Amino acid sequence: MALLYFIYKNRSVPYSVVQRKALFKAENRRDSEMLKEDNRKVMLEKTIKEHQYQASSLLEILHKTQELYGYINKDLLSFVAESLKLPPSHVYGVAAFYNYFRLKQPGEHVVTTCLGTACYVKGAEEIISAVEKEFKVQRGNTTADGRLSVFITRCIGACAMAPSIVVDDEVIGKATKEIIIERIKLLLEGKKP
Amino acid sequence: MTTKTVSLKIDEHEITAQEGKSILETAIENGIDIPHLCFLAGLTKTGACRLCIVELKGQAKLFASCSTPISDGMEVITNSEKLKAYRKNTIQLLLSERTHVCSVCVANKNCELQALADKLGVEHVAFEREWTSENVDSSHPFLVIDRNRCILCTRCVRVCDEIEGVHALDLKLRGKDSQIIVDFDDSWDKAASCTSCRKCAKVCPVGAIYVEGEPLSETKDTGIADFVLSRRKK
Amino acid sequence: MKPADIIHLAETELDAQRSYKHRINVCCSSGCIPFGALKVLKAFEDAVKEFGVQKECKVARTGCIGTCSVGPAVMIEPGNYLYQSVTPEKAREIVRDHVVLGLPVKDMLYGSKAYFEKQHRLVMKNAGKIDPYRIEDYIAAGGYSALVKCLIKMSPKDVIDEVWLSGLRGRGGAGFKIGQKWTFVARAHRSPKYIVANLDEGDPGVFANRTLAEADPHAILEGMLIAAYATEANKGYIYIRAEYPLAVDTLKKAIDKAKAMNLIGQNILETSFSFDIELRLGAGAFVAGEETAILASVEGNRANPRPRPPYPAASGLWKSPTLIDNVETLANIPQIISHGGLWFSKIGSPTCSGTKCFSLTGKVNNPGLIEVPMGITLKEVIYDIGGGVPDNKKFKAVLVGGPSGGCLPDTMLDLPIDYESLTKAGAIMGSGGIVVIDEDSCMVDTAKFFIDFCVEESCGKCTPCRVGLHKIQETYARIIGGVGKPEDIQFLRSSCGYIQEASLCGLGQTAPNPVLTTMRYFGNEYNEHILQKKCAAGKCSFKHNVKEAEI
Repeated sequence: MALLYFIYKNRSVPYSVVQRKALFKAENRRDSEMLKEDNRKVMLEKTIKEHQYQASSLLEILHKTQELYGYINKDLLSFVAESLKLPPSHVYGVAAFYNYFRLKQPGEHVVTTCLGTACYVKGAEEIISAVEKEFKVQRGNTTADGRLSVFITRCIGACAMAPSIVVDDEVIGKATKEIIIERIKLLLEGKKP
Repeated sequence: MTTKTVSLKIDEHEITAQEGKSILETAIENGIDIPHLCFLAGLTKTGACRLCIVELKGQAKLFASCSTPISDGMEVITNSEKLKAYRKNTIQLLLSERTHVCSVCVANKNCELQALADKLGVEHVAFEREWTSENVDSSHPFLVIDRNRCILCTRCVRVCDEIEGVHALDLKLRGKDSQIIVDFDDSWDKAASCTSCRKCAKVCPVGAIYVEGEPLSETKDTGIADFVLSRRKK
Repeated sequence: MKPADIIHLAETELDAQRSYKHRINVCCSSGCIPFGALKVLKAFEDAVKEFGVQKECKVARTGCIGTCSVGPAVMIEPGNYLYQSVTPEKAREIVRDHVVLGLPVKDMLYGSKAYFEKQHRLVMKNAGKIDPYRIEDYIAAGGYSALVKCLIKMSPKDVIDEVWLSGLRGRGGAGFKIGQKWTFVARAHRSPKYIVANLDEGDPGVFANRTLAEADPHAILEGMLIAAYATEANKGYIYIRAEYPLAVDTLKKAIDKAKAMNLIGQNILETSFSFDIELRLGAGAFVAGEETAILASVEGNRANPRPRPPYPAASGLWKSPTLIDNVETLANIPQIISHGGLWFSKIGSPTCSGTKCFSLTGKVNNPGLIEVPMGITLKEVIYDIGGGVPDNKKFKAVLVGGPSGGCLPDTMLDLPIDYESLTKAGAIMGSGGIVVIDEDSCMVDTAKFFIDFCVEESCGKCTPCRVGLHKIQETYARIIGGVGKPEDIQFLRSSCGYIQEASLCGLGQTAPNPVLTTMRYFGNEYNEHILQKKCAAGKCSFKHNVKEAEI
């Protein structure tokens, strides 16, 4: 026990109740840029209230958060956990389980390639490989300048027009690599296609 | 409270037991050994490790004995050749999944996985091993988590939630990428909700969570969940 | 509203519809919108005004007509004239020639007659015909009359008896008898009881449920209401993929409308029956479609399946009795009640009554959403309805049942589509995907694609699925990388058997199906890959990396 006490004392980790509370505030309730009292936070709070602060509405709340902010960072997760009175690890665990939730900020433009069966059979893999090569970015990542993210998804249900690729919320059916690369180039140049 | 009793057969043993119990619990009470790993008396049964699978007469499927309740007239087979082979397979898969090197493990000779491998006669691992190299988190004053040794049985997650009542631990991601996390995937010293109660280390079947500088034989206490729960005021 | 008001509303609405000589149905489902369906809709509305025929021609926004490959599709009634690939310019032309002059524009009509001939539209009978945003359209087409019938004339037991008689089986994949399932839940005398409608269509290449929700949302709601009446449930959840924004929007609005008309909520149609329905959005997890994982997800947890028993009928959502049905199953219910179980049992094959919706995709001339009677053969689906393989390529295989289904070769094309036949052949009904593969695809690569999918989607809870599937994935990487060994075949076979039997949930239990069926029917391709390092389809590069070469 003496050894443990020594370790405990020399780790400079606060473990009294008061200290833990202070730590919790400092670590998890920082008022970051994102959580300033802007419209989005008001809307998020409204949604949480609509769901009566129920723990079972966690997924709905996370959806709303992502819809408002584009992604869900730690501050937002912390805010949701606080509002729904849920353990932090549970909220993080749920958010990190589902593919739909983005925990990192995506790029300015997002290209999502469907890799469902129908799209795969019709050559979606070749298209995404070409995009990766052309813009020097791996799937699931964002370019170094933060301008383009390339994601994959399993089936957006547009199978009859396979291969389908979503470029900034617009579904492009019967896509070819030429069309997609051309479209992305236009977007990056700031022109409307 | 009146409880009904049911009669069933586990292998060649004729047994009478209280209704509501699971096959595994009944077997343990009657001294019949069914290998198990994620099951721990006092915690929710998850049926995850698939070591305790048994055959039921008249049913094509295999059932996890930890979570399947007993019923009248049930005939359980715990040790067929198929089950033995499947269990060996499961142990080998667990051993190959991450970095398990017994000679440099804190849990050596105190490890449930090691003991099961020995008991079931697993002499080598037929699968290609993964050799993961996750960072070891030793930021906590005395608790250490080495995710390379984790077998994802979630005993720690359950004990933290159900017995300690804190839920400081959970899993992130999914599939083979699943990892035990503390709070928002923080380093352990930053986790505000952890009460440092050490129950996670007490119930870890392997050497994934342990108390620094303390022999594992002293830390381990797999009866803790049942002990606390059975004495908890209703 | 009272029950009689529903019938009255149907009559008024029908009268209004009869006052139009023509009705232009513009498909605005997520298949047609990317091709400009909304612009086409606007163009039709403008053209009708321009030619001054607003009073005799109704332009309606509808759900899927079924010919998703030639969108936007437009159907003009009477006569069911189906126009394909309509543009805003052509819309004006169609109104001028077809509506005003009465001369259908022949060269724009959809060519393949057989596409519709062999289909039997039951669940999708309203799809492409009614406006999914208007509850009045649904009521005019006979909607909610089955609910009225239940509330006035039938006891909950009568309803279950009728469903038993129909022989309806679960459309979600396993084919469990619905009458049985409902009986289990009805017998559980505990309150509250829940209903979960499964619209988590995570199988890649499948969009049948989405189409249903977009085209006829009220059929799902009515089916749920009847199920709730029969099992005395209190609350229902529709669990839908977030990747289907249009379906979510359609359902949301449908629920709001139904609530406003007292069809959902307290004391429905002024009876003692109360039932509430709420939407729950999924978030990209294939495993959440599994019966117990969906419960975890609705409760707001990680979608981890739990062991059975206890079964959801006894202990489901929040440990209460819960009925889980696929939305297609539920959409069948109103018609079973309206026409009787006996009528329904005569459709389809003797062991499997009714119809099944399939999304027919891949290398086929007429991809789209089809609904066929059970017992139809794969050949009829692929060649008669689908129009065969395009570009004179050779048919190679057909994937039935999504990523946990099976790859069947041409020798199996005479197989009738029903639960037993498909299972015997190594495939499953799944949620209804048929993907046709031609000679350009390599079967080893295809099997790897599915294993990759299942590894990615495995929740990681149980060992066989989490680690076992990963080992299979590694073996495929070796074979395709050109360092496969002959003993790999035996390894795959034994691993698959183990995973099928030892896994906790349906995902693991069915994930080996593509591996087993490709080995069973296309074993020669495996041999070629392993022994000769050759891929006939030219898909596999055999460029192994250093790590793999050392093995």
